[in-house]
This record gives sequence, C-alpha cells and structure tokens, in this order.
Amino acid sequence: MSGLYRIAGKGRLTPAKTVAFSFDGKSYTGLEGDTLASALLANGVVLTARSFKYHRPRGTMTEGSEEPNSMVGVRRDTARQQPNVRATMQEIYDGFQAVSQNRWPSLSFDIGSINSLLSPLFVAGFYYKTFMWPRVAWEKIYEPKIRAAAGLGLSPTEQDPDHYANKFAYADVVVVGGGPAGLSAALAAAKQGVSVVVCDENAEFGGALLYENDVEIDGKSGYDWAKDIEAQLAAMDNVTILPRTTAFGYYAHNMIGLCERITDHLAVPDADSPRERLWQIRAKKVIIAQGAIERHLVFANNDRPGIMMASAARSYLNKYGVAVGSKIGVYTACDSAYAAAFDLKEAGVDIPVIVDSRTDVDPALLERARELGLTVQTGHSVIDTTGKLRISGIKVAKNGQMANTKYDVDALLISGGWTPSLHLYSQSRAKPVWDGDVKRFLPENPVQDQVSVGACAGTDDLSDVISDAQSAALAAAKSLGVKKPKKISSPKKVTSHYGHAGDHIGSSHGAGADDAVKAFVDYQHDVVANDIRLAVREGMRSIEHVKRFTTTGMATDQGKTSNLHGLAIAADGLGKEIPQVGLTTFRSPFTPVSFGTIVNHGAGDLFDPVRRTPMHDWAVAQGAVFEDVGQWKRGWYFPQAGEDMRASVNRECKTVRESAGVFDASTLGKIEVVGPDAAKFLDIIYTNAWSTLKVGRCRYGIMTHEDGFIFDDGVVGRLAEDRFHVTTTTGGAAGVLNHMEDYLQTEFPELDVWLTSVSEQWGVIAVQGPKARDIIAPLVEGIDLSTESMPHMSVREGTICGVPTRLFRMSFTGEMGYEINVPADYAQSVLEAVWTNAQKYGACAYGTEAMHVLRAEKGYIIVGQETDGSITPHDAGLSWAVSKKKTDFVGIRGLMRDDLIAEGRKQLVGLKTKDPKIVLEEGAQIVADPNQPIPMKMLGHVTSSYWSENCGHSIALAIVEGGRSKMGDALYVPMLDRTIEVEVVDTVFVDQDGGRLNG
Amino acid sequence: MANSIQALRNLPLDGRLAGGAGVSITPAEPMSRVSLRVKDKDVKAIGKALGVALPSKPKTSNMSGDRASAGRCALWIGPDEWLVLDGEGADIAGALAKTKAVISVVNISHRNTAILLEGQNAVDVLRAGCPQNLNDDVFPVGACSRTILGKAEVVIWRTDEQSYHVECWRSFSDYVFKFISQAAKGL
Amino acid sequence: MLYIRCPYCEEYRPEIEFRHAGEAHIERPTNLAEISADDMEKFLFIRENKRGIIFERWRHIHGCGRFFNCVRDAVTDQIIMTYKSGEPKPSDAEIEKAILALKEEQA
Repeated sequence: MSGLYRIAGKGRLTPAKTVAFSFDGKSYTGLEGDTLASALLANGVVLTARSFKYHRPRGTMTEGSEEPNSMVGVRRDTARQQPNVRATMQEIYDGFQAVSQNRWPSLSFDIGSINSLLSPLFVAGFYYKTFMWPRVAWEKIYEPKIRAAAGLGLSPTEQDPDHYANKFAYADVVVVGGGPAGLSAALAAAKQGVSVVVCDENAEFGGALLYENDVEIDGKSGYDWAKDIEAQLAAMDNVTILPRTTAFGYYAHNMIGLCERITDHLAVPDADSPRERLWQIRAKKVIIAQGAIERHLVFANNDRPGIMMASAARSYLNKYGVAVGSKIGVYTACDSAYAAAFDLKEAGVDIPVIVDSRTDVDPALLERARELGLTVQTGHSVIDTTGKLRISGIKVAKNGQMANTKYDVDALLISGGWTPSLHLYSQSRAKPVWDGDVKRFLPENPVQDQVSVGACAGTDDLSDVISDAQSAALAAAKSLGVKKPKKISSPKKVTSHYGHAGDHIGSSHGAGADDAVKAFVDYQHDVVANDIRLAVREGMRSIEHVKRFTTTGMATDQGKTSNLHGLAIAADGLGKEIPQVGLTTFRSPFTPVSFGTIVNHGAGDLFDPVRRTPMHDWAVAQGAVFEDVGQWKRGWYFPQAGEDMRASVNRECKTVRESAGVFDASTLGKIEVVGPDAAKFLDIIYTNAWSTLKVGRCRYGIMTHEDGFIFDDGVVGRLAEDRFHVTTTTGGAAGVLNHMEDYLQTEFPELDVWLTSVSEQWGVIAVQGPKARDIIAPLVEGIDLSTESMPHMSVREGTICGVPTRLFRMSFTGEMGYEINVPADYAQSVLEAVWTNAQKYGACAYGTEAMHVLRAEKGYIIVGQETDGSITPHDAGLSWAVSKKKTDFVGIRGLMRDDLIAEGRKQLVGLKTKDPKIVLEEGAQIVADPNQPIPMKMLGHVTSSYWSENCGHSIALAIVEGGRSKMGDALYVPMLDRTIEVEVVDTVFVDQDGGRLNG
Repeated sequence: MANSIQALRNLPLDGRLAGGAGVSITPAEPMSRVSLRVKDKDVKAIGKALGVALPSKPKTSNMSGDRASAGRCALWIGPDEWLVLDGEGADIAGALAKTKAVISVVNISHRNTAILLEGQNAVDVLRAGCPQNLNDDVFPVGACSRTILGKAEVVIWRTDEQSYHVECWRSFSDYVFKFISQAAKGL
Repeated sequence: MLYIRCPYCEEYRPEIEFRHAGEAHIERPTNLAEISADDMEKFLFIRENKRGIIFERWRHIHGCGRFFNCVRDAVTDQIIMTYKSGEPKPSDAEIEKAILALKEEQA
C-alpha cells in the first residue's frame, strides 16, 4: 500500500512499483515517480516543516519549484546531505531519506514555536530596532545568538564526494519551459532546422497538461498530445531535450544558465556520473515559456498544514493519484480552483464547501457544481481557520461581515489567481509592464533577443497559447535566416473546460488593516499583511524599502507566490496604484543552485592550476619544502637531516657565499623581444636606456607605470642587435607582457618589434657563488667563461650538456654567478649534471627563502615587498636606473609630479637592530620617539627582515620618511610587548664595493 | 672542454593516458614549434619560404601535404601571428634564416606541449571548459583558435572530424590533462 | 557574460577570452615630458565613467591578443560596435546608425 490517501485508478503512477523511503526516521511506502511531497501526502503526512521565524507548523503549499514551506534535508550518506530541498521537486527512490528542518526536538513538538507566542515582538524591523543598544552587544551577543537561531537546515560537514560538470553550448533557439507553450514553440522551431534546446525543471514535460485532464487537443488528451510532441522532439537531431533542468539565470547577451540535475532522483547513481551539470548556453533567440504561478489568498491563519493551492491539489490527484485530504474546503477568487474541486469530488472526496469571494461567477461553473451536489458560497470569504498541526476547520463569512459559519475540513484549497512568471524576463533587465485590465505585470517590453509565450505572457486560452508559441518560433526562425519556413499546423480543435479567469490581489476580507491577525503574505519569511502596513506607517515609500524592511520576497523562493500580494498591500497603504509602487527586480538564480554546480570542474585538484617547473622532481628528490608563489610551487628551503627551516636557510646562505649554491629560477617571466626597433621599444618601456646596451651584455631595468611608481624589474640581455631576452618577476610575468603589448599595439604601432613569452621555453638553473664557474665549466661548450671574455652582466649562447643554452652571467646574491637557460624539457637533466659537479665543491641546493636573505644582504629590492605601488625608483635608491637623457619613457612625466619630487618622501634604507639578535617583524611601523602619545607619527615600515648568518646579526630593509638623511639615527619599532631600537644604515650589508660579483 | 654528458629530454606528460566513453586522451609526441610574426605584405613570401602558406583568414590553418604525412602546419593565432608546427627536430627557423623581410621567429618547442583528443565525444569534453562555439558550422575541421580551457589558456585545433589537438604551456599541461580527463567522465 | 565581437577575429567570442582595458581614446601626448600638471592630471586620472554610451578598450588576451575599441551602452550592456585600435572614434551619427541596425536585426 503506497498510502491511505492514494485513490485507485487515479494518477499515472504504477501501483505495483513501490519504493520505500523515510521521513524524520519513520518509514513509508511511495510509488516510483512520486515526489517526496506527493508520497507524504499519500501517506497522510501534511506537517512537513516549521516556519522560519515563528516556527509555525507548515505543510506543502504547491506542487512545484515555487514551494515556500516544504523544505527538507535530504540525506544519501554521511557526506551527501543537502539542506533546503523542496519536497515538491525531489523525486523519491528506494531507500530515500529526508528530515524536516528548523525544529527541535521534533516537528510536532518544537520548542522554537514559542516565537509564535512572542510574535507581537517580532514585527517587521524588529532586529533593526531591538538590537541597537548597547552598541558593543551587537558583535558579542546579539549577532552570534541571532545567527545561531537563524538559517534553514544544516550544512553538510564532510567534503562533497560528488563531482559536477559544466557545458558551454550554443543554440539557435533556447526554449525555457516544457509546457504546452514551450513544447509547441520548440517543435515549430525545430521543424525549421535550427538548433533547439528545450528544458523543463520538472522530471516530465507537459506543464499544466500533466494535471489538467479536462483538456483535449485534436481528439487526444492534453497529456497524450504533450507526450507526442516530446517524442517528436526527441527524434530530431537538432534538438536537445533537458528534463530536470532549471533555467536559473538570464544573463547579458542572451546567455542562459541551466542547472541539470542528473543523479538526485536515482537510487544508485553511476559512480562516474556528475551529480549536476551547469549549462552556459548562448542563444540566438530565447523563447520564455515559464508559465504562471498560482497565488494564495491572504487571510487569517492561512498557513495551517493542509492549506494549499488548488492547482497543486489537482495535480496531486491527477498526476499522483493522491487526495490531499478527505474533507476538503475550497476558497477561491479564480475559476481554475473549481476544476480541482470537481476532480476531487468525482474521485469520491468530500468537498463541504466552495467559498468564492467573487459575486459574479461564471454560471457554467455554478451549474457544474450543482450537478455534482457541491455547495458554492459566492460573495463570501474564509476569515479564519482552526487546527493545530493540521487544519481542522474554516470560518466562512459574507464579504464585509464577521458573522460566520464553521465548516470542518482537513484540507483547504485556495486560489487568488495566476501570476505570470516574469523571473527570467526580469533577470534579462527588461521591465515588467502593468496591465490594469487583467491586473498582471506582463513581459511586453523585452530588451534582449527574446520573446515570452504562454501563461507567462498572460495568455490564458490554450488554443492561443499554442498558436502564439508557434508564431514566435516561426518569427525566430525567420530572423535566424530561414528563408522558406515550413508551415506549422495549429491544432484544429482545442477544448478545455475550465479557464483561469478571476483573481484577488492583496489581503482578503477579514485581514484588513485593523485586524491583528496572522495573514501570511510571504510564507517562507513569515511576513504577514500587517508587517507590510507597518513598514508603510514607518515611512517606507519604495517597494524596495518595504521589501528590505519586512524581508518579504527575500527568501529562497524569491516571493514567487507572495510578491503581488505584498505589492498590493503596500500600494493600498500608500494610497497609490500598483504600477506606481513598482515591482522589485528578480535576480538569478530562479531557484537555489548548489555551490558544486557553480564551481563544477573547479573543485579539488582543479581549483586552480598548479604550475611546476621542469626541475620540480629534482627539488623533490633533494627534500625541498615548497612554497606557493602564485600558481607556482617553488622550492622554499632544502633541509638536511635534523635541520629546521632556520638552520637550513642559515646553512644555504653561508654555503652560497663560501662555495656555491644551485637554485631553480625557472619561474621568472621571460619575454623575447625581436625586431629592428627592439631597443627603441625597450627605451620606452623601461626607465633606463637600452639602445646603448651592447650585444652580449645585460642590464638591470626598472619599469614604472605612467604614474612613476615601480611595477616590475628584471635583467635584460641583448642577444643580437634586434633580439633581447627580457626577464620579469615571477608574479609580474603576465602583467608585464600585457603592459608591453598595450604600448606596442596602441601607442607605438609603428615600431617594428614583436613580443613572445618564452617563460616556459627555458628552464633556468642559477649557480651562484665563488665556485660557480668551476662547477659549470666542464659542461659548457662554445663559450669562454673567463671574466675577461664574459664579465658580470653578460650573456652568451652556446651549448651545455649538448643542448643549446642562453647563459647569463648575473647575480641576485651578490656573488659571482650564472643563470643557465636551457630548453625546458632538458632542464632537469642538465641540472642533474650541474648538481653532480656542484657537490664536488661542497655547494648546496638553495631555495627561495635563502635567495631572499642573500639579496637582502645586498640591498636588492623585491618588487611587491620593498615596493607597494607608491614607490618611485628614486625612493628605492635606484635613481641611477632612470635615464636623464631620454625624452620619453613610460613614467617620465609621472616621475616629475610635484609630490614625487618633494622632500621627505619615504626612502629605502637598511635597519640594524641595537640588539643584533632581534629580528624585526616585516610590516612593523617605525617611529622617531617611542614615548610620544598615541596615535604616534609613523615614519615608515619594515619591508624585509631576516637573520643573516653571513653578517652574524639581523638585517632589515625599510621605507622611512627622509630615510637617506637619517643615516646613523636611532629609530624605534614599537611592538605589543616591547619597543625595539634600530639604527638607520645603508641598504647593502655584504660586500659594499661589489668586488665579489666580478669573481 | 668537450664532455660526454648529453642531456636527456623529460616530457611533461610522459606516460599519461586517459579517456572515457567515446574519447581517448593522449599526450602528443614532441614537436618543433615556432611563434611566427609577419607583416601583411610579407605573408606570401614567408609562406613560400616556410613550405606552408600562412592562412590569413582568422581561425584557420594550413598544412603542407596531407594529415597522414604530418607535414608542416601553420595555425592562424592573430592578425600577424602564426603557430608553426612540425615534427620533432625539424628546423623551422632555418627555413626563414635567409629572408630579408622583417619578421620575428621565436622557438617555443618546449614552451608548449599538446594533448590529443579522439572520438565522437571529444568535442563535448572540450565544451566542459572551452567557452567558444565549437559547433561544426562554426568550428569545422582545420579550425584553430587560442582560447580558454577551464582556467588555462590553450590553442584548440580541430585536426579531423573527431580529432582535436590541444596546445598549452608546459606548466599548465598537468592541469589541462587532469581537466580533460575529468570532463571525459560521465559525459 | 558578454558576447563581444573581436574586430580582428571577425566573430563574436565569450567575455572570458577578453580583458577590459579602460577607457578608449585617451591619447598619450607625444610630448608627455613637457605637459602641464593639469594636463597630466587629465591624462592620468580623469575618466568620463558616464552613464550611457561609453568608449572602452578591450584586449582579446586569450584569443588573437589584440587590443581594440568598443562602444557599449553602460546601462544595458549592449555592445553597439567594436573596431580596431587606431581607427577613429565613431561619430554620434555612426553610433545611432549602428544602434538602429542592431534593433532591426533583433526585430
């Protein structure tokens, strides 16, 4: 038995195909094809949730994605737990488990429901007003407490084991929605030969035809007609059909975001299958056929479990064979609710009363009701409901009166009419247009290449829906260049007995301004009619303010059922017409999208590319500890047995100066600059001059932006008259190339020069130290390594270990040294040969930390460490690198700006701590007088600071106001626990005359 | 100073293999590669010297000889930029050594590496990460383009109906290979 | 995500292939070293940043690598035209014509 409320012979599920599932630990039986909502209703479970603020008992209101109440946690295993799943959208399978949310200790007995008793406190704006004072309490008490009490559902605590996919796609026509409009449009377009993607958020295509069994199209039931079109579409190569796929976002230039749910409905998903797939589709034409959403009615206690939209009850009956109660009342302002009542009555369910707030009701409906023996009370309203965990009765009064009749019911169907779903239309930045005749906002003014058809365009008549959709598809095909469109035949005969006329927007009778009743407008955020009135009284004038003050429409359902009611009540309070108050803008996503889908392939290993140098494996073999430098893994230090980082770095630094060290410098950016105007171009890009650089020589260069501030530096070698090998910082590689391309392409396009990144063409082995030449000499051919022939700052081409090399003699350590560039695939092999020789001289492998210390001992800057975007070459003590002869370079005018040449700018200096053992904190502030009152005047900050084993004391570089005129002065670095005295010194701590460079 | 040590080549994707339903994924053999920059007026002459005409239509490629003979290939990358590919050891620069035209020839044989995708689902694997339109009418056989794959820059070149050559920088090859391998799962 | 026509690739490409490069048609003075502080301020800092039709630069950085110019409506994001760098700034009349052409294309 798949539930006491299942009616034999109704619905389209197969009674024999049962599935076992559990809700809040209790086992139930459902049918294959059930949603959790339908299966629970079939089992008589109407209480599915507690509301967000007041913890009121709630049940399923709808049969679709607009569901505001029935949100549950779905659990597949310990790692796969998804909160806030709509029970109305989740299909069950054998072994399916779900739990209710927002209740403790249980759904039927929830401590939090005390909030409901305190509800006079929790009016709109409650948080803003109540937690204002004392100010400090917000951070310490209020916010943490409120956060703990707020939120729906529990996040999973384990890493998500599923994977998610992405697909970029391009289609001529994307059709959103697979109801009669969407199917008709898709087929009409597909028959013209254009590519079509059609999606529907539900498991099955057909839209309202899945439950409107009064529809007949050319002799077929509406359902069979829809299935037939779906089958035709499925057979066409130019069509992609995506069920269970939500079009959640409409972005610029006709890009539609789809979320395809692939495995959530399967008992045993394929291990390789992604759980969900993000589709990013660029459409030439978008046909929106999102349909309409039924509104509820706003009256006292309109939220008890068992109250639901009339169309939902009809759908549960006709799709799933489920009666949502045994004694069902109906309260409506719209014709379509009658169909639900009639279907249920015919299925044998007791319908005690149909209450219609309208006085003027279609006689045909009243006649049919009489035939079925139903009582219809026109001009009446439901003014209140009774019941605790399920509705037990309704109070019905004549409009405008309070004297009422009671009816016992266990369910109540309500309908306030239909709201065209303008979500995607609005997301595409188009403004909804108010049609006062039908009291609807309509998508009549699209701004992107799109058209809305069907119920979302305000079309009620099914025959019109189909022909409008077909016309829209034909028009789309024509504008896509289809010259002779194939004729599309419209159905000859479309009959549907019940229409969708009639509506009520705003609060109903008995929930007026003077009534302190709980008449819910927004179920999910527990916003009642009076909250909106209060907002107006408190001075909110714009609907945007009302929305934020009351939070109406701001829940995860985006006010799909509530927006118009909220707007109408606000308009009423303001004494304005609805269009004057305006509709808030819908934002993506239409329904929540999981983070997994948004991130898709970019999780775990693929979060970001991890770049390794061609010599990475060698460093691993040497026991390197790596650090992340941007996307690169770089050898940080190379500890030997028993060494910690400090011991390792100390040894590496000493060894380099005593013998030599080997270092992987491959990550440096490299740009090959080729062409007769290469030198001229570099003259523009760098502050220093390049035309004068001789072939075979290198020079250190600085780049500034036009503002005059340093943004990159590096050594450039001239390989030929028309060929330079430029190096950049590791982090600056891409930016420097972009900057150079910018100037070349847009400011100096007349120059004959081209730029090519060769960062990864060359692996770079730095060998630094007095023994460097001895180490590499046996491996090099075709290059005279003697200082006379190849002095410091020169470059030669030759071979090493039989492969081509660009050999630089240069130094970032202050020692004699080489940087061996070899084609990347050979780098590891060449390094191994170098390393074999290096070991003979007691040389070491050194990492980036030792490199930092060694260069700081020499006062060499690191861009981004000594500089911060406000440091000029002059500030950094590099005036020698700024040409005084050139008439133009990037930054030439910036460097002349008044502020940049003013006295007292911060300048780079060295610092020595009075106590040589203290190593300063990088970033620490520097003051002249540590005893001055707080806030102290800060003169600058420490940019680099290390223990220097070579010096036997700590060293630091710093940016200090007027620093170069303070040589020898005592300054102070105040720290939390002490004040450190320092002396301003020169930036060079080792080998001040530079003799070691020349080896 | 002659020495007997001869450096060996280590390929970044040595030994990798992957695939899924309807697609195989393999690292390409090493190749000779040149980034070639030529001005409009010299395009014809340089193509002649090179032995393969430089395509001037965006997103297209030319090949000397047929695919099977794996001839020299020229891929349009930008309005004055071509990626020239040939078998390992082929001296592409040598063919241009004598030209009088002002051009730029830069060897990038080791900068780039390539991954080959074959099979009916190859294009869908690429669609997982490439935002470009890869539909047949827009990206036919012979089409090539620098673009994005996931978070890496690549050059995608359609070498046959169901064959794609994906070129990326050396250090991104691990990422690109893993990305393609994952995308091939559960298409 | 914008869909931008690269005037060099002669087709539309997704925004991820591009990088925005600031306002277009800001000329770098050929006598930069000699300009006044006021002119330098204008060159370095002052940008229109207006609501409506704007001129901006893009680089097809993950495509052909070229910088180019673009006329875009900053309110609707509609791209009205793109053209190669170095080509003259389109006149109001040309822009209006392009807008009309786009409207016709859509209708």
